[in-house]
Amino acid sequence: MSPVLRTRRDGSTRPARYRAVQPLAVLWLTLVWLAMWGEVSPLLVVGGVLVAVAVCVAFPLPPVDIASGLRPVALARLVARFLVDVVRASIQVTGVVLRRRPVRNAVVAVDLESSSDFVMTLVAAMLSLIPGSVVVEARRSTHTLYLHVLDVPDEESAEEFRRDALQLEQRVLRALPPHAPEEAGA
Amino acid sequence: MSWTTPLDVAAAVCILLGAVLTLVAAIGQVRMPDLLSRMHAATKPQVLGTVLIVLGLSLRLREPGVVGLLLLVVLLQMATSVVSSHMVGRASFRAGQVRDDLLVVDELSDEQLHEEPRGAP
Repeated sequence: MSPVLRTRRDGSTRPARYRAVQPLAVLWLTLVWLAMWGEVSPLLVVGGVLVAVAVCVAFPLPPVDIASGLRPVALARLVARFLVDVVRASIQVTGVVLRRRPVRNAVVAVDLESSSDFVMTLVAAMLSLIPGSVVVEARRSTHTLYLHVLDVPDEESAEEFRRDALQLEQRVLRALPPHAPEEAGA
Repeated sequence: MSWTTPLDVAAAVCILLGAVLTLVAAIGQVRMPDLLSRMHAATKPQVLGTVLIVLGLSLRLREPGVVGLLLLVVLLQMATSVVSSHMVGRASFRAGQVRDDLLVVDELSDEQLHEEPRGAP
């Protein structure tokens, strides 16, 4: 999310302050704490909450408002397609590694449609996890990702990869629909 | 023969497949021509390899505490391998450690001549 500006009464603007301790983050960090202990007891839960609050205060992050606009069906489709892609592309990369012919690559620019930093981060992370592509550069000002793609024999396949990446972005947008601008600034 | 036998077999298959993928990643390190191609071989079959090995372990161990920890291993692996592969790839590209002769299309180098100041977001 780009920094949200607030207007003071005298007309000057300043970046909005975020509340450091967010319930979802505390819940998540407590779960991580419990998973690392490998058991659940009242003392561990209290300790986990204390550690989580301390971490949130020490390393504050801007809130990411995911839960409000989540679409479960689209999200399930996104995750399922992602897992299929990971398996398929792993097999593909295995083939590239084991065959004899030298590999040809490409650096492809993908101009994302959405202007949200959160969507850009998600798309970049998912593209990186799907074998065959690494993000070498991300430009926030134009929301462009530059990806190094493995095994691109010609320009046609580069175009194909760009289409695939944009389709992935569409699936992310369907699963996590962006907020209306006035909502984000409220 | 009990109900755990199929689970053990599935666990063995998962661990074996994961090990094979890790081996492929290692072979890729040796065979790939330049750094960025090596990054693909190093980070990618290895993500699925880790997931498969962890899946095999949780099928075999079948303890809730351990499964929670293993789930955490997968999540952190996915979160960190993205960042590390991006940072290494970006650094190598900026340092010019890219074999241009292997690239079919290069849309980044064409554009960097009139780029905004380096390091700007």
